[in-house]
Amino acid sequence: MDDHRGVLVVGELGQSRLATVTRELLGAGRRLADELGEPLGLLLIGDAVSGCDTEASALGVDTLYVAEGPHLAAYNGDVYMEIAGTVAGETAAAVILMGHTTAGREMGPRLAARLGGSLFTDCVDLALDAARWLVATRPVYGGNAMAGFVSKTLPQIATVRPKAMPETAACTGKNMSTVAVSTDSTLSRIELSEVVVEEAAGPRIEDAGVVVAVGAGVRQEDFGLVCDLAQVLGGAVGGTRLPYEEGWIPASSQIGQTGKMITPDLYVAVGISGAPQHMAGCTGAKRIVAINNDPEAHIFKMADYGIVADYKEALPVLIEKIREMTGA
Amino acid sequence: MNIIVCIKQILDPEIPPAKFKVDTVAKKVVCPEGIPLVVSPYDEQAVEAALRIKESRSDAKLTALTLGGAGAKDAIKHVLSMGVDEGIIVNDDAFEGSDAFGTAYILSKAIEKLGDYGLVLCGRQAADWDAGQVGPVLAEYLGIPVVTVAKEVAAVDGKVTVKQVLADGYRVLHMAMPALVTVSSEIGQARLPSGKGIVMAARKQVTVWSSQDLGCDPGRIGSGAARAELAELFVPSQDRKSEIITGKDVAEAAGNLAGVLRREGAI
Repeated sequence: MDDHRGVLVVGELGQSRLATVTRELLGAGRRLADELGEPLGLLLIGDAVSGCDTEASALGVDTLYVAEGPHLAAYNGDVYMEIAGTVAGETAAAVILMGHTTAGREMGPRLAARLGGSLFTDCVDLALDAARWLVATRPVYGGNAMAGFVSKTLPQIATVRPKAMPETAACTGKNMSTVAVSTDSTLSRIELSEVVVEEAAGPRIEDAGVVVAVGAGVRQEDFGLVCDLAQVLGGAVGGTRLPYEEGWIPASSQIGQTGKMITPDLYVAVGISGAPQHMAGCTGAKRIVAINNDPEAHIFKMADYGIVADYKEALPVLIEKIREMTGA
Repeated sequence: MNIIVCIKQILDPEIPPAKFKVDTVAKKVVCPEGIPLVVSPYDEQAVEAALRIKESRSDAKLTALTLGGAGAKDAIKHVLSMGVDEGIIVNDDAFEGSDAFGTAYILSKAIEKLGDYGLVLCGRQAADWDAGQVGPVLAEYLGIPVVTVAKEVAAVDGKVTVKQVLADGYRVLHMAMPALVTVSSEIGQARLPSGKGIVMAARKQVTVWSSQDLGCDPGRIGSGAARAELAELFVPSQDRKSEIITGKDVAEAAGNLAGVLRREGAI
């Protein structure tokens, strides 16, 4: 191939550490870098990012690129793009990885347009073929099919679906070097005026072991029943797009392509038809249980266990039985 | 102010999953017989966003733009009947097999030919390949700012204000026009065509532009310019048990379900 070399991860920050998706990307990035026999770089953009160096080093990063400044605290499409474009261009990375997140969804295509590379979005698997081209697997047709693409151009850019790849455990740590990136060019045509957080009380659906989710088949006045079930199971409440649009669950509780990708041990879908857009968010669940009164509902094909019943009849009994069993 | 909405015609994503078939050799989705293609729902929602802007300002004129062959006219007629003012189809054998970059390039040439515009709207992704690439790439090619996954778009004076959906809420962003916004389902249901709209749409002429009309660089369009190759397409295996738990009545079934989950240590 030409003079492109190495893997560059464009990282994101969580609460005073690397975001979970970035840790997942570093796992995939390290694996690809090792196969290529080339270095792994990590670009972090933010207000105060140097605190993440120990973590980055432990996850096998060879070079950390730091773009730091108070004006970088919030993601700005134009400003972040300028920095990522410069670093990607200067390092001439062969593979550039980012999360399929708000930032990644914008920066991936824009970087590919600027750098002339190939682009694969919302990937769930990444590998190299015999000629060391990137092979990206991604769900298409709302998850009804999977497509495997082989890149024909460098650099090869992929946005990776959160929770699709395992977080790697920390290794002994590399001799990581740190490079400060100039952040002078901060010309932005996009101005941020407000961030509105809509968060549910109680456990977060992305962390909970049990998630009970509500769909269009449940009437709003019965929402309490679903919450009761979540409560006896010690779980969190989530839902599909409709309950979110109608305002009875907050944005942070929406599960699916637009909302969260979750991987609980037990996922209970109440009154959910199983539309691909929603199922994209919960296919990583260990066990899926469906309660729906339509025996033909697609959800039953996607579930481990199902009962065909009116939720208004089924839930009170289920809640009672679980209470008896667990003493909750 | 001219608003351009880019739309794509696709296989109806709401078809029953049982009818969804893939030809793994041809690496193509098999269109079930008798099921008409539809405008991608996110694109319909982009049209809806444009129509709402038109209702808020009398100077807005909406133009729908699509890349496509035989069925493209139906897609354009559909959005004209929703209330879009004009429709343009870009079509040429040379466009066949274009990837997202080729498509965005062709659309950018068409938009440049249209000239004066304030806002370009796209769906957040086409509901077939779900890539979400054309919108932001198109913005880069046009040299205009972009915000993706909007749940609200307002255009007041020379400024566009966008509510961008985040995993934990939303944020409010402002851009000077011209700008590009991709629209998400959170904007709400797109309106249905009205009877009057259907009559009006039938009377409207649809402009068709070829590669030559647009002055496209042949090196940037078609399958030859594609930056990746589709190596395989398959229906993922479903390893769920899909077991229906029964009982003499709902109460017993619910009880049995609780029992199964308890035995497996899930509760």
